[in-house]
Amino acid sequence: MAKYTLSVIVENHAGVLSRVTGMFSRRGFNIDSLAVGVIEDPAFSRITIVVDGDLRDVDQVEKQLGKLIEVKVVNVLQDDITTVRELMLIKVNAPVEKKAEIVQIVEIFRGKVVDVSPYSLTIEATGTHDKLKAFYDMLVPYGIIELARTGPVALQRGPNVLSNKRKR
Amino acid sequence: MLLTGSQILMECLLEQDVDTIFGYPGGSVLFIYDEIYKYSHKIHHILTSHEQGASHAADGYARSTGKPGVCIATSGPGATNLVTGIATAYMDSSPVVFITGNVAVDLIGKDSFQEADITGITMPITKYNCIVKDVTKLAEIVRKAFAIAKSGRPGPVLIDIPKDISNTKTEYTKATDKELNQYNSLGAKTSPVSSEEVETFKEMIVNAKKPYILVGGGVTRGNAFEETRKFAEMIKAPVGCTLMALGSFPGNHIQFSGTVGMHGSKASNLGMSECDLLISLGSRFSDRVIGDVRKFARNAKVVHVDVDGAEIDKNVVSHHSIVDEIKNVLTKMISAMQDCDLNMKPKEEWLAYIESLKKHNQVQVTTHKGRITANEIFDDIYKATKGDVFIVTDVGQHQMWAAKYFSFDFPKKLITSGGFGTMGFGAGAAIGTQAGNPGSHVLHIAGDGSFRMNCNELSTEEYYKLPIITIIINNGTLGMVRQWQTLFYEGRYSNTDLDRGPDFVKLADAYGIKGYEINTMEEFNEALSESLNSGKPAVLNCLIGMDDNVTPMVASGKPINQFVLD
Repeated sequence: MAKYTLSVIVENHAGVLSRVTGMFSRRGFNIDSLAVGVIEDPAFSRITIVVDGDLRDVDQVEKQLGKLIEVKVVNVLQDDITTVRELMLIKVNAPVEKKAEIVQIVEIFRGKVVDVSPYSLTIEATGTHDKLKAFYDMLVPYGIIELARTGPVALQRGPNVLSNKRKR
Repeated sequence: MLLTGSQILMECLLEQDVDTIFGYPGGSVLFIYDEIYKYSHKIHHILTSHEQGASHAADGYARSTGKPGVCIATSGPGATNLVTGIATAYMDSSPVVFITGNVAVDLIGKDSFQEADITGITMPITKYNCIVKDVTKLAEIVRKAFAIAKSGRPGPVLIDIPKDISNTKTEYTKATDKELNQYNSLGAKTSPVSSEEVETFKEMIVNAKKPYILVGGGVTRGNAFEETRKFAEMIKAPVGCTLMALGSFPGNHIQFSGTVGMHGSKASNLGMSECDLLISLGSRFSDRVIGDVRKFARNAKVVHVDVDGAEIDKNVVSHHSIVDEIKNVLTKMISAMQDCDLNMKPKEEWLAYIESLKKHNQVQVTTHKGRITANEIFDDIYKATKGDVFIVTDVGQHQMWAAKYFSFDFPKKLITSGGFGTMGFGAGAAIGTQAGNPGSHVLHIAGDGSFRMNCNELSTEEYYKLPIITIIINNGTLGMVRQWQTLFYEGRYSNTDLDRGPDFVKLADAYGIKGYEINTMEEFNEALSESLNSGKPAVLNCLIGMDDNVTPMVASGKPINQFVLD
């Protein structure tokens, strides 16, 4: 079992997200994470979905998505030619004497402090899944108060535009 | 022209050459029904007893004529009463357009009277659905809906129209043919078969010593009957049909080896299991057909031809696949094979083997109680009609006996719920079939269990003078379930005894329809003959043995060459 990332361009109107996620549950595929937002043409949205499964599952997911009327393009992303980023907001326990060393870790990971209180720091970080995991692991010993994460968003490297690709 | 939403709906139906619709009125569709009243000289509306009956009627109409069926219901419970019918059409890829009313736009989402999120509820069982919140988009949505329902792999579509939208005026212009055709590719995602694909396919055929052709529902929906027959005759392979394809290859053709799958013939199931080349034409390899997928067609190379690319490798892994209309593919194959000397490998031994297995197809049901049997009934129906009749069934033993004992020589004559297995489908479906084919004989074969479910539609048959002959294969039990309880649950007949009323002959009479109680084949033949000639509906209650079983039978999840009942 592996994780595959799909980039799906869909018509931007009510119900489309529901239809896409509904297809996953109907066919028994598990969604690991999902991020959705408009693309360069606001009539369309991009849904970036990470799905658990093997190659045969991903093949079926791709084809079943392609059958949906409001889906314009489906692309299974290949790691080596894709730029992937996720965002994490993490509120960490930070008493006065620990604040400086925590801020040092934030600098190393090129994160940003976005909120401060006498006993906590809220940090914003973006990066690949692995980088964010490493950052998180470094902060665990201080005590994590709260965490919010998005799923990945991704674009293929190079000049090609996914939404111009013809549907299979 | 400034028209209301309801008027635009009527005009769009006329654009699609719709002449018959099935439905049931209600509060949210009052404006629509007002227009139906005014358009009644152009569009004939059949009012059923229940929305479920209307949904099956629209489906039966679509399956038997090939034209999209149309069904209208009101909001809330009216719409939810369609759900079984929509799912039935979805599983068998039948082109039906369902139109539901909904509460006014500003009442949506407020738990209003008779409100239901029918688009949410039917999302997984429609090819496409939407709610119309802007009347200026209504005409486009209706045109898109019909195109999506009909094109590629057909399927049901639902349009939800809020009540105020159906009464709001906007500009309407009749669509040109060109405008209508622009939506055709929406429902289909294929590209024409390439010459390389044809060559590869041809190579595989030439090298096969034991080819087998599996004909599926895709041939029925794709109207590829002539091409399939020519193709099969050219490559001289035995042919089996799934339930949805019976009649798409003639049942009386020498190469036909019978139905396939759980209750298929020995010849077909062993043919599929032991062949070295399995050609699937429009079959989706349903679990009822393939049995244990790990053991299915182990020694064969599989060629999968289907208009829906998502079916390729979904259940069975194929070695070669072609995603295009079957008609196109077979036309190209026929011309590629016609002009040259094929030089196929000799197949006499294989053909003789299949032929020897076909003798088993004629094994009759044995019964112990001196009662008539299903096979006698179907034999006599065939003799009386020469196979030129619509057979509409419900679900259960009677359905499997119909598939086995009646020879389907003509396409689109068997109207049955295969994928969803909906008991109660028959009554509504028979109404739709008769309405769409006024000059033909329509027989509704039902089990006593199934008949009870939607017998309320007998009044619809009587009112619209639809001369449907209902033949109840009455064994006083929920037969198919009883058979499983006998075989796998040590005869614990939990809730399958139907030793209860009504008296079906008296019931028919109450509906104004002639009823016959049938105990012997003489009585059957007389009643059938009288009914066929009367031009009126009739109900024949035929009493058969409670423990008559459907054979052969492959247990669920077992390999299809392993018969639990022979």
